[in-house]
Amino acid sequence: MNDPMIAVRGLRKAYGRTDVLRGVDLTVRRGEIFALLGPNGAGKTTTVNILTTLVRPDGGTATIAGADVVHDPAAVRRSIALTGQYASVDEFQTGEENLVMMADLAHLPRRAVRRRAAELLERFDLADAARRPVGTYSGGMRRRLDLAISLVADPQVLVLDEPTTGLDPASRSRLWEVVRGLAADGTTILLTTQYLEEADRLADTIAVLAEGRIAARGTAAELKALVAGDHVRIAFSDAASLAAARTLPVAGLDAAETDEKDLALTFPSAEPVRAIRDVLDQAETRDLAVVGVSVVRPTLDDVFLALTGPHTLSGVPHTDARRGDTPGSDTPDTDSPSTDRPATEEALR
Amino acid sequence: MTTTLPAPTGTTRPPAVRAHRGAPLRDVVTMTRRETRRTLRSVDGLVTAFALPVLIMIVFVVIFGGAISGSTGGDYIDYVVPGVLVMCLGMNSATAAIAVAQDMTSGTIDRFKTLPILGPAPLWGHVVASVVRNLTSAAVVILAALAMGFRPEAGLGGWLGFAGFAALSVLTFTWISAALGLVLSVDSSQSVNMIFLFVPYLSSGFVPVDTMPGWLHGFAEHQPFTPIIESVRGLLMGTPDGGTILTACVWLLAFLAASVVSGSLLYRRRTAR
Repeated sequence: MNDPMIAVRGLRKAYGRTDVLRGVDLTVRRGEIFALLGPNGAGKTTTVNILTTLVRPDGGTATIAGADVVHDPAAVRRSIALTGQYASVDEFQTGEENLVMMADLAHLPRRAVRRRAAELLERFDLADAARRPVGTYSGGMRRRLDLAISLVADPQVLVLDEPTTGLDPASRSRLWEVVRGLAADGTTILLTTQYLEEADRLADTIAVLAEGRIAARGTAAELKALVAGDHVRIAFSDAASLAAARTLPVAGLDAAETDEKDLALTFPSAEPVRAIRDVLDQAETRDLAVVGVSVVRPTLDDVFLALTGPHTLSGVPHTDARRGDTPGSDTPDTDSPSTDRPATEEALR
Repeated sequence: MTTTLPAPTGTTRPPAVRAHRGAPLRDVVTMTRRETRRTLRSVDGLVTAFALPVLIMIVFVVIFGGAISGSTGGDYIDYVVPGVLVMCLGMNSATAAIAVAQDMTSGTIDRFKTLPILGPAPLWGHVVASVVRNLTSAAVVILAALAMGFRPEAGLGGWLGFAGFAALSVLTFTWISAALGLVLSVDSSQSVNMIFLFVPYLSSGFVPVDTMPGWLHGFAEHQPFTPIIESVRGLLMGTPDGGTILTACVWLLAFLAASVVSGSLLYRRRTAR
């Protein structure tokens, strides 16, 4: 019972001369939601394809529920289900027909097929649309049907390859709800994503995949601790105040970054509340017009950029010296949400 | 999109529905049902399967028929129906190329591959569904032909022979199309039907070969569609010729074997890891 559900050791895969995976290690516990986070080209889909027996690895081992993906693919297929990047449902069939077809192909007992389909339609809130062709479904409904289809044979492990790519925010959070429910019911979930928020909100453990290796892993909080701590941001009403403020004797202010457009200073601080009080006190003395203050906490974006972006922060276990010799793998992710620091600004009065 | 999903209840899994191993026949039947739905639910599929063959026959019989009939010695409709039939069977089979190409290029095939099913079941489903669809379409074309004045002279044996021969032809055409669908993109697979639309014109299917220019005789007399169409004509008109039927069957079986072997190998390679 305590054996890991997914165990991956030293997984390697090359396509031609391009090394896509250069020794990936992963361990996923039973019932865990594990997120594999990485930019496009990092090797997420290749990893998924190896784990779901679609692709044979060049080296290393991977087992799902104790079955080896290379030597016992049939056993792996009985315990795993895949929901790919694109909803692979037939538009010309109804939701119910799609489900019944997959239940038949999963060789459920014939008597159980319709019941299982009805159960899943109900669970994924598709009962009303069950008899409509999937061609008439919205994007979110298709993904839910796709997910329902993955669950027909009650898999122990569910692999979700970028499950919410292309969904609107409402459908996305709704799908997250569903995934959490599955994990609560005991399904082990491995999901890949390029959305930091998704990993942050959903996963118990996050592994950052960069250039074919795991660059870091841990809980969201552990990963955030890898990058520098809190920052303070002070906004002024005019350029003169901004310029004058740069010289105030406040700890950390000498390292401030100036944002000329928003007339704001951002600087690292170990004691943000005290730094803010100091700045406000001195600004009042010198008659500088402060219009806003906030504390900025590091987000997964910062971790992600630190691990996969062009600058590598010290203290982060990223040691690849051969950066750039893999085409496509060094492109920072352009689809990820804002790379600014939007998350936890706390306005003070 | 505004209702909320029921919250997960408890931590117990629902009663497990265990997957069973090995049910090859069930897999093929399931896949065939899927392909049949694909045809019946698309306007395009229905038009290609049923309306187009009838339209082609109307064009030949009603529009060209009057002008051509002098050179065929008898009613042109009796001469042309076998040609139209074979052409339609071929064009109809070509739809399999599109369906196969679509499956191979969408995520669908990956999902099938992660199921514990008989490996080539999806491909066989395409083939079985196409054969069923085509034989139905052939029946529709024959009924339409009868309504327009086609008067076959076949006895029961001739009809049975025709049914068997048509099944072999459709099976062959479908496997050729399916194999092509494995190597072509969805876009290029749309033109597979051109093979079946144009090559039969250069045979004895629509006009006698001796009315064609001399340089075409060699090709027209020896290409496979000529014995295939002549066999259908012989069987339906009660004048079957053993030699012609044998030649046609050799052609069909050779193409069938080649496309089954290459199609199966290609499919295995495309679905290999």
